[in-house]
Amino acid sequence: MAVTRFCIRSYPQDLKVFPSPAARISLVWLLLFLLGLPFFSGKYITFVAAVCGVSVISALGLNILTGYTGLISLGHAAFMGIGAYTAAALANKAGFPFLAALPLAGLLAAATGAVVGIPTLRLRGLYLVVTTLAFEFIVEHIIYHWESMTQSDRGISLPTPDLFGYTLDTYESFYYVVLVLAVATALFTKNLAMSRTGRALVAIRDRDIAAEIIGVHLAKYKILAFVVSSFIAGIAGALYAYLLGLISPDHFTFNQSVLYIAMIIVGGMGTVMGSIIGAVFMVLLPEVINAISSPIASAYPILSPRIGAVSVIVYGLVIILFLLFEPNGLYGIWIRIKRYWKPWPFTY
Amino acid sequence: MGFEILLQLTVTGLAWGSVYACIALGFVLIFKSTDIFNFAQPELMMLGAYMAFALITLFKLPFIVGFIFALVMMAAIAALLEMMVVRPMVGEPVLSVIMVTLGLANVLRGLTGLVWGYEEQQFPSPFPDDPIMLFGAAINQAEIYTIVATAMLLTIFFLFFKYSSSGISMRATAEDAKTAFLMGINVKQVFTASWAIAALVATIAGVFLASFTFLEPIMGHTGLKALPAMILGGLDSVVGAIIGGLIIGVVENLAGFYLEDYLGSGINDIAAYVIVLIVMMVRPYGLFGTKEIERV
Repeated sequence: MAVTRFCIRSYPQDLKVFPSPAARISLVWLLLFLLGLPFFSGKYITFVAAVCGVSVISALGLNILTGYTGLISLGHAAFMGIGAYTAAALANKAGFPFLAALPLAGLLAAATGAVVGIPTLRLRGLYLVVTTLAFEFIVEHIIYHWESMTQSDRGISLPTPDLFGYTLDTYESFYYVVLVLAVATALFTKNLAMSRTGRALVAIRDRDIAAEIIGVHLAKYKILAFVVSSFIAGIAGALYAYLLGLISPDHFTFNQSVLYIAMIIVGGMGTVMGSIIGAVFMVLLPEVINAISSPIASAYPILSPRIGAVSVIVYGLVIILFLLFEPNGLYGIWIRIKRYWKPWPFTY
Repeated sequence: MGFEILLQLTVTGLAWGSVYACIALGFVLIFKSTDIFNFAQPELMMLGAYMAFALITLFKLPFIVGFIFALVMMAAIAALLEMMVVRPMVGEPVLSVIMVTLGLANVLRGLTGLVWGYEEQQFPSPFPDDPIMLFGAAINQAEIYTIVATAMLLTIFFLFFKYSSSGISMRATAEDAKTAFLMGINVKQVFTASWAIAALVATIAGVFLASFTFLEPIMGHTGLKALPAMILGGLDSVVGAIIGGLIIGVVENLAGFYLEDYLGSGINDIAAYVIVLIVMMVRPYGLFGTKEIERV
């Protein structure tokens, strides 16, 4: 029996977004599953899935900046916060519709990204890390203290979003909005990565001086990376705000920024699939810990105040263990498994 | 009136600045010798303070004995962490290293919360409570002790690095690990030693900080302000770390008092970060950092 196997035979084929028919078929199945998810799962699972979607969008944005361009940012949650609070202020105070507030949130975050990007052009490595950290804390402070606009830690609520006359008043309906945007962001990122711009970004990551010598305009592309990444973060933040309906400064802290970095690392840096897997994994991790620990907590009420600490420990351990033993992330594991089975049943 | 307040604020600022300087010194020590940026340093400080707290209150040890035991234990813990977690990361990309130490910070914070809970606790301060009067300003004694002790500590470190052979081997490793290795310096030992020393300094900072504030797992956030301190001074400069720490301590205290009416409360919490943003725009390598010259 002739075993026909797919293999890449030409460069144009190699440059396709989905290199093999198998990849396309499995993606169709995945999409069908995601489309059907609200029908066979409960309300809570749909909500968690929507949170996953928002995190995927945000992680993809960070991946453009950190994964492809190599600019490490500890301020990603701040950009999300800017987007979220812009949407909240526009919708709550000025009565903007969802469809107008969402892009405006992204644009304001992008503008901030450009402003942050400019002074960071001269900074390298750790100096950049701490500068973005400073930005994160300053934004956190402004959100917390600009009471008239953000209502500080009481939180600001958002109206139910409307889209083309439909009221998105259930998690299920909003889930589809998130899903569409997440797929669009993933396709955009994948295409960006394979374009001339994407190759310029990767060249900057690998060796910026060499990139400059071969004609990559460093300032332009670095700022571009900042702008695109913060635009996506702003959109993700606004979606998150609409999803929760009530946001407070706690949603956009330094720890959240760390979480997004963790997502792209655990998933696999500089790959679209990696960001997606990582985001889903890191959102589900606390849910799983919760599911395991809540029966224990209800059985032994003394332990319940300490469960949160366990979750923090597990989260830290996951990051450490991944970096020590699987630096390529979950996506790396997947690739290895695939490679192992490729020549099956012949070992060579 | 104005002068007394200024003096009081400056002394408080210097005390906080000393704490930042100690933590930043730990950052610089580790960074210089191992090229690893240790985000878990504030958590080491917190853990050190808790360790001292447990030894003193739980085992009823006298303050100084408990303190010394805490120092020894923290040095051992840091050395262990270095060998188990951090050493495999030497030479890895910056982001991976940062994330490992951030993960480590999470684990340490979680463990502290697990063991001691998240409530604020009163640290058994060894310093007298009543303030002393200095030129009409009432000054907390714990702050004076902090400043003096830090000054002494830094002098000791200066002498250690300048004259002792282990100090010199640490400096050599910081300069160029490969060459130092070829010269017969035990580089691994130096790496471990730099973590142990960083933990020692962090514990001292933690105990002082806890003496004039509270003991809580959130302390790590305060310690994080040592980062702008160190960046301000320049990543690889010990003197810079100390000066950066003092500048940030003083400025945030003054800003907290004088600018509060204009910029709103809590301005002291982010003063450090505002300063570092401004300095970074003017001097991308900090005040005393060496400019990296890249070869292609």
